[in-house]
Amino acid sequence: MEQKKHWQSFGELTNSEGYQESAKDEFKEDLPVWEDDKGLFSAATPRRDFLKYLGFSTAAAMVAASCEVPVRKIIPFANKPEDIIPGVANYYATTYIQDGEAVSVLAKVRDGRPIKLEGNELSPITQGGTSARVQSSVLDLYDTARLRFPTIDGKETTFENIDAEISKAINGLGNAPIVILTTSIASPSSKDVINQFIAKHPGSRQVTYDAISYSGMLLANEATYGKRAIPSYKFDNAKVIVSLGADFLGTWLSPIEFAKQYAKNRKINEKAPTLSKHYQFESIASLTGSNADERYLHRPSETGAVAVALLNAINGQAINLSDAALKEGVKKAAADLVANKGNALVVSGSNDVNVQIIVNAINEALQSGGKTIDWSSTYNTYQGIDTDFARLVEDMNAGNVGALLIVGANPAYTWFDSARFVAGMKKLKFAVSFNPKNDETTQLCKYVIPNHHFLESWGDAEPKTGYYSLMQPTIYPLFKTRQWQDSLLKWSGASTDYLGYLKTFWTAKAGGETGWDKAIQDGVLNPATVPTPIGAAFNSGAVNGALAAIAAYKKGGKVEVVLYQKVSMGAGQTASNPWLQEMPDPVTRATWDNYIMISPAMAKTLLGIDLNIAREADNYEVTPAKPVVKVTANGKSYSLPVLIIPGVHPDTVGIALGYGRTKEIGKAADGVGQNVFPLASMSGATLSFVATDATVEKTGATYPVALMQTHNVYTTPQGTRTEVMKELTLKEFKKDPEEIRNDRQKELAPFGGLKNFEKEGTIYPYYDKPGIHWGMNIDLNACTGCGACVIACHAENNVPVVGKPEVLRFHDMHWLRIDRYYSGNPDNPKVVFQPMMCQQCDNAPCENVCPVGATNHSSEGLNQMAYNRCIGTRYCANNCPYKVRRFNWADYTGADSFPDNQRGIVNDVVLMMNDGLTRMVLNPDVTVRSRGVMEKCSFCVQRLQEGKLKAKKESRPLISGEDNKWDVKTACQQACPTDAIVFGNVNDSHSAITITRKENELRLFKSLEQLHVLPNVTYLAKVRNVDEVAEKAEG
Amino acid sequence: MIPHRMIIRTVVAGIFVCFSFAFGITVKAQDGKSLFNQNCASCHAIDKKLVGPALMGVEDRWPNKKHLYEWIRNNQAFLKTGDPYANKLYLEYNKTAMNLFPQLTDAEIGAILKYISDYKPAAAQPAAGAAAGEPAAESDNTLLFGILTLILAVIAFTLMQVNSNLKKLTDVKEGVDSPEPVPFWRNKTYIAIVTVILFLIGGYLTTKGAIGLGRNINYEPKQPIFYSHKVHAGINQINCLYCHSGAMDSKYSNVPSVNVCMNCHMAINEYKGEKLYNADGEEVNGTEEIKKLYEYANFTPGQPWDASKAKPIEWTKIHMLPAHVYFNHSQHTRVGKIQCQICHGEINKMDEVKQVSELSMGWCINCHRTTQVQFKDNGFYSIYEKYHQDLKDGKIDSTKGVTVEMIGGTECQKCHY
Repeated sequence: MEQKKHWQSFGELTNSEGYQESAKDEFKEDLPVWEDDKGLFSAATPRRDFLKYLGFSTAAAMVAASCEVPVRKIIPFANKPEDIIPGVANYYATTYIQDGEAVSVLAKVRDGRPIKLEGNELSPITQGGTSARVQSSVLDLYDTARLRFPTIDGKETTFENIDAEISKAINGLGNAPIVILTTSIASPSSKDVINQFIAKHPGSRQVTYDAISYSGMLLANEATYGKRAIPSYKFDNAKVIVSLGADFLGTWLSPIEFAKQYAKNRKINEKAPTLSKHYQFESIASLTGSNADERYLHRPSETGAVAVALLNAINGQAINLSDAALKEGVKKAAADLVANKGNALVVSGSNDVNVQIIVNAINEALQSGGKTIDWSSTYNTYQGIDTDFARLVEDMNAGNVGALLIVGANPAYTWFDSARFVAGMKKLKFAVSFNPKNDETTQLCKYVIPNHHFLESWGDAEPKTGYYSLMQPTIYPLFKTRQWQDSLLKWSGASTDYLGYLKTFWTAKAGGETGWDKAIQDGVLNPATVPTPIGAAFNSGAVNGALAAIAAYKKGGKVEVVLYQKVSMGAGQTASNPWLQEMPDPVTRATWDNYIMISPAMAKTLLGIDLNIAREADNYEVTPAKPVVKVTANGKSYSLPVLIIPGVHPDTVGIALGYGRTKEIGKAADGVGQNVFPLASMSGATLSFVATDATVEKTGATYPVALMQTHNVYTTPQGTRTEVMKELTLKEFKKDPEEIRNDRQKELAPFGGLKNFEKEGTIYPYYDKPGIHWGMNIDLNACTGCGACVIACHAENNVPVVGKPEVLRFHDMHWLRIDRYYSGNPDNPKVVFQPMMCQQCDNAPCENVCPVGATNHSSEGLNQMAYNRCIGTRYCANNCPYKVRRFNWADYTGADSFPDNQRGIVNDVVLMMNDGLTRMVLNPDVTVRSRGVMEKCSFCVQRLQEGKLKAKKESRPLISGEDNKWDVKTACQQACPTDAIVFGNVNDSHSAITITRKENELRLFKSLEQLHVLPNVTYLAKVRNVDEVAEKAEG
Repeated sequence: MIPHRMIIRTVVAGIFVCFSFAFGITVKAQDGKSLFNQNCASCHAIDKKLVGPALMGVEDRWPNKKHLYEWIRNNQAFLKTGDPYANKLYLEYNKTAMNLFPQLTDAEIGAILKYISDYKPAAAQPAAGAAAGEPAAESDNTLLFGILTLILAVIAFTLMQVNSNLKKLTDVKEGVDSPEPVPFWRNKTYIAIVTVILFLIGGYLTTKGAIGLGRNINYEPKQPIFYSHKVHAGINQINCLYCHSGAMDSKYSNVPSVNVCMNCHMAINEYKGEKLYNADGEEVNGTEEIKKLYEYANFTPGQPWDASKAKPIEWTKIHMLPAHVYFNHSQHTRVGKIQCQICHGEINKMDEVKQVSELSMGWCINCHRTTQVQFKDNGFYSIYEKYHQDLKDGKIDSTKGVTVEMIGGTECQKCHY
């Protein structure tokens, strides 16, 4: 098939020498060779010495091994609880809470330890979806940096003591008010607890502070709808979606929910193909932008102007934008929106009240209320108003605040003017921190009573009004910690603890004891009937003011800075999580750092790197050392390495928030990146994460960035990615739906065609596939690249963390990676994400090169890996066309008996992952691999075996997706918020995988199919909703 | 070779043991004892009053046998009928509710009552089932073959010497010049033969030793309490699953917790059976061992027990698999319907348990090659349509059936992942 040219890196685009070199070898290291080349006898270890060592080590091993077998103990329960069977996992419904975000989850508890989180399918909000951060949060429970006991002035104390001291301190406050500083609290019972405390201590108040604030939206909605709230969005009702910089698939508001909704209209029914149309207007490359059908770039300072232009275009008025392409885009988007009135949705990621008022006006003009915007239920996850907190900081500095009780908030790190906040802290009589770690703010507090992890807590949450999610402990508290609600209740003189309080609260609400039990068991309480979407009365009074204000906005300077959130890091709450630190960012494919994201155009003007020239692309790309650039804005300067990312506005740079933490947060966070929160500023009533007037300058220095972009390069004929990944436009697909299938047929025609390819395309014999045959299908149209599957795979399969130095050496261990492909204009390309893991080939090239038979094929179609047979020749990885095999270069997991395999080889983060506490997260059903063995995706074989066993016990065939019932789901499939991954038994005609493959046979393809490796993973080609027919590949 | 024979022996033994355990539907007198131990013994003794009344002569106390059966099965329902004797009994025992046993059939209750009526206090209990479990003694010919080989070797050696002497004599007679005879210990042929034989024996022993590293067959560690499986599972016929309840549901066959022991030992606080001997042949006082349990349980006989004060017992693990092996008990017990004794040996005859099987990979694989899956009985295997057809067509030997190996049970990733 003539396909458009796809490329992963600039080297590939220009076919540079460096690219050709990297595509040639699986492993980047050469084999170790003798220093002087005089032959074996003069080598460091000559033959005789070698034989001596061999003899000695064999004898030593015999002696060591024949010593007494270690005596092991079995310690049963003293009293076995009835519902616990050792070795059988129990699932408890609970709620993931991080700042305001609340996601209903099921915690898998194995022998008393929570080891994995799954989405709760009973929740109508997330519908069983999760994100990378949710998946990783189970590791935070076992974080070695958690505070382990209450402290006064940094010294350990008891709860009785600290309670007495604080009560005394509160009594000594006199009239000075107490302020409870929290992040957004979506928990109705916790709010009651706070109110009870406030009632007991008159004059005290609560201030809500969100590091990433949505006050712009809240205030805009108050101005135009009279409600300080954020309505529900229904992306599934939208045929046209326009996002003005809102990363709604990655980080904005409720990404799991939106991804689920979004995917509904991105999946194609082949009989009547339709797709929603997604326009993205943004300044830097975001995850959501990468998924858009059409993407337009503008300066951050033009955000308001673009919104106004869109409003004008919808109202049929003239548009005033200087950039011709942008103007064209706005016109096009407006035309589409108008044509789909009532089925259109416009969202904006801006925290500017005026911009949000305009966006509200646009949605009003499009009649979105009651259709794609639903006011029947509003979000409680973000309630913070920036000016409230700014006023508190001033009050503190003026000495008007007596004491601060801090729940979750960390303004000493996240507030742009943290110096002022720190100064205010010093003027308090005392401060109490309930934060789980000794973070930047907690360090300033006299009293510290660390909070439980959410997996140890009781609680509730109401992420959206009317939708409740309950929380129950899944493990006895690991440390001497206490829930902050308990402390507040105690200090307000309440007679019950928080559990008793919660129970009374919910027994009344949920309908008695049985209602409470059911709610705790289900984890959710939903409205009895799904409310029909309703709109709200729009008051256009504020619009003119907003228009005038936007017209008066200053023009941006030479360069503008956007502070963005990464899918993995958010505002930095998860910085100590090694899984997330090592997760490649979907857009940049970088790990372990923040950096300055710049466009290829700026690279040329600022650094003199012209990526269209092969040699220069190599210079930039081949070594991990990236040029360091100094960014100055708001009087502050940062020197950070540069990553050249296509799709960034030429005059804009992007820097991720959430980095630059210290060792108190955790070893994984220590010294990683820099904190750029100080570049934010108050603009009017709200916080702005944009610096519109900045300068950048070259420093000449370099800094290594652990980028995975070029780690796994395929040797396909230059530029023709069609063998690995296929993409087409909706127009093409409608015109010629058979295109992909015909191409496959044409390609395979000499070897028996599609039908007989398996038997005739090879000299190997054909094998029967009785019983079960596993298969997976991934819909590239539904995959947003969010990376939830990557972390789920880590948690399920004990995939090791290797640390930055090892990633730099191409030693990353991800079993599942998400490849990013560009096509089209290098300044604003189209992006395709393709999850790539072991394809479990039925004719696997890795199997027949293994000299010891450590990898071979199962009758169920699995490409098996027997770790204990593997001697580490790495032939298999060399022979794998998909580059999905991973080699344990060092003892990352502490599985070996010899500490020398770790000392000096792996860094502190990896050692921290081997701590006894952290190792509690390991899945006991999966071998922890030792040094020198190969590993790879196993299709979660432990889950397959468990599912089969369940079916056998019930004496029935295995069910994989029939009537949406599942005996087995792989970890990636279960984590996926868009259901892009389907897995099951292909021999079963009722299974979801068989049905999916049958219903989507026109878009179905196998990666590198012509090699006759017969992969068991199939993909559905990406279809993009654009009008033009794709550019054809060169030559 | 060795594992084969051992497996056969174990299988044979296991089958005998199965019979002795009588998992069938017929209820025998000896089941009365086992049923009594499982259901009643935690609250009742036959000859003394515990939580509930002593049961000796219970059938005489109840005029109507039918009422007694109803009472045993569901005492709460029977109380409501207003039966005066039942209500009197209820009040007499401070309204302590008796457990409900809806699962007991009439035949089973009959067996329990028969056991009670046949009970003779302090009489030595016959070791029920022991006789049935005796496996057929297998003749071992290894020694015989060894002696034969040795004798033959000596004969061959002597004949060769005779041959060479005769040859020499004929040579002398015929006047052929022959070299001086070399004594056999300097004869190069002999030296070569001996070297080769020694190398083979040495190599065999080394390999065998190396393979045996880390294997613990016959491992019989001393346990914190002298717990006799023979007394519990053998003589008293307690079902394995009463204590090791996880074996049917989990990968682990769990060691029972203290509260499970106390279910029975609340009542049973002295050992009255045959004398017990430990592995070294020293006599063990059973009653003292029960007292050790009470120490862990924090229980004083005659006083109410607070289960929350119990401490766990640190048993020594006997059957160990390497960390890279996944083994699931329930797969074998519940799905494969394999008896415990097939792998664990005649546990019901052991006092302290020892490891009987090799627990090596070869041992596992050999069993997987020959053992049939529950192909027709388990609905899971209905998807193997081809094999069902082959069975019907006689392409698969129906006596051998569909083995674990045929459905992929010897593949790496069935046990290693």
